[in-house]
Amino acid sequence: MHMADALISPLVGGVMWAATAGITAYSARRLQANGDDSVVPLMGVLGAFIFAAQMINFSIPGTGSSGHLGGGMLLSILLGPHAAFLAMASVLTVQALFFADGGLLALGCNIFNLAFFPCFVAYPLIYRPLAGAHASAKRIRVAAIVAAIVGLQLGALAVVLATFLSGVSELPFGTFLLLMLPIHLAIGVVEGLLTAAVVTFVDSARPGMLAAAAASRPPLQRGGGRLLAQLLLLTAITGGLLSWFASTRLDGLEWAIFHSSGREALSTPATNTHSLATALQERTALLPDYSFRQAADSGDAAAAGDAGEVAGTGSEKAQEWPDVSAATSFSGLLGASLSMLVAGLLGLVLLRRRQRP
Amino acid sequence: MARIESSFPDFGYLDSLASRDSPIHRLDPRVKLLTTLLFIVCVVSFDRYALSPLLPFAIYPVVLLTLAKLPPGYLLRKLLLASPFALCIGIFNPLFDRAILLHVGSLEISGGWISLASIMLRFVLTVAAALILVASSGFDSLCLALARLGAPAAFVVQLLLLHRYLFVLGDEALRLARARAQRSFGRHGIELPVVASLLAQLLLRTLDRAQRIYLAMKCRGFDGELRLLRPLRIGATDLCFLIGWTAALLCLRFVGPAPMIGRAIGGMSW
Repeated sequence: MHMADALISPLVGGVMWAATAGITAYSARRLQANGDDSVVPLMGVLGAFIFAAQMINFSIPGTGSSGHLGGGMLLSILLGPHAAFLAMASVLTVQALFFADGGLLALGCNIFNLAFFPCFVAYPLIYRPLAGAHASAKRIRVAAIVAAIVGLQLGALAVVLATFLSGVSELPFGTFLLLMLPIHLAIGVVEGLLTAAVVTFVDSARPGMLAAAAASRPPLQRGGGRLLAQLLLLTAITGGLLSWFASTRLDGLEWAIFHSSGREALSTPATNTHSLATALQERTALLPDYSFRQAADSGDAAAAGDAGEVAGTGSEKAQEWPDVSAATSFSGLLGASLSMLVAGLLGLVLLRRRQRP
Repeated sequence: MARIESSFPDFGYLDSLASRDSPIHRLDPRVKLLTTLLFIVCVVSFDRYALSPLLPFAIYPVVLLTLAKLPPGYLLRKLLLASPFALCIGIFNPLFDRAILLHVGSLEISGGWISLASIMLRFVLTVAAALILVASSGFDSLCLALARLGAPAAFVVQLLLLHRYLFVLGDEALRLARARAQRSFGRHGIELPVVASLLAQLLLRTLDRAQRIYLAMKCRGFDGELRLLRPLRIGATDLCFLIGWTAALLCLRFVGPAPMIGRAIGGMSW
């Protein structure tokens, strides 16, 4: 569930970058304060282990498909949340750079979804209380499955939210959610089973090792609340700044705001507001408007089921779209193809020049 | 498995591309990183139906690709490998958005198809830019650039160590997977318990290896910090590159020369 650059807006990407950068800095500081430098090579090698482990796949019973380990939960159990977060973040960065899994702008989203939720939510709030210090194999299995499911469901929800708020994909919120959540429920069960199996195996092969790992690297301490407050502040500031920028420039988000607010109020001109406060207000109003609209649409469709509604929204969309006059769009396309041609020619010329000497 | 296993040897190839020499390779990695980020932000900041303003952005990857002497076929293959996710999400757009936005002769094109094309174009542009960045800089240089730009030291060290041991552990996992494949017939032998014990064995070996690495590092005076001794200097060329591309990208983003050019040409011919 790596998100791609193509599907997110700069606002969403920027906010998630800021949040992820904040957590990364916090984790790094906590790690340094811990003073245990043996964890440094351990993290590096375990990050590489996650890559390697993903090459060894297994068949999922009854489905005929195969799966592999995700890793966030296993790393949290072995390293504690802070080190695990950094290790997962580095794994995702390498995946983005070398395998083109997700993009650079979407990296913030991906780290948040696949590292923050398992390491800072699922592990300390679910796995540790459920499994305890000296857990039986059965208890570890239950705890790992529940924690992995919760972590992945939150991640999937975040993917849907980020995609929806970006406004590039047309997938309705509810439909996308219904697509993502069940898939990640299944993935969560498999991830939990595999994590539990590996953990219990290690526990039986090297008794005491996991307990020692957990003891030497305590999970979230009292700093957690402050971290959350700082994160919220950082996110709010970035969101505010970026949305101010977004509201002065016509981009996807502003179009979405215009789109959602244009139908409910004639008196509030949404597009010519310039103050930060109003922009923020619009941002916060975006979600309820959208969900209301969604609910009304689906309700209508379910109740009446007539094609007129669909046609109505269609023509309304066509109206809201600014100038669609054939002339402008055609000259735009022509100019664009021409500049593509120029780019291609430039490439050819450079290629020739390169081959000559 | 198939995807990662088949793309794993490529991983080393991408690194070897970075050790070539070209004007782009010689640039400061910080400059390349910042330009790439600006490029990506510019590309994704258009509204969802933007198609014609996006096309001119192709000039950036094309120019860098040729100047850096990178093989286009290889990058195209990587693009194809990574495309399914964007396509899977984007393919829903034509289903949900059927408002007609464009008429080409008698052919009516709905907004959904335009936004799908826009998504795929964004995907190609952003991923190509990121791949060119790695292939023309190399991972170590990028890590150094990150450190100089203020990323936490612990994170940068983590990236460097991960990159170093990726190959070692990757080979080990490939050997394990191959040995298992030779001993298991059909689907037999790839059940979850078998895989769990394989993974756990690999994990135990990894932990031992981490301990050995730590001791070796300790012997060489490791104190929790990796010191990167490589001079990075932003020279006149780097500045020209940064300023030139920033101006060009911002111009493409905010002025949008495409319709103007189109109008000029259109005015002449009709």
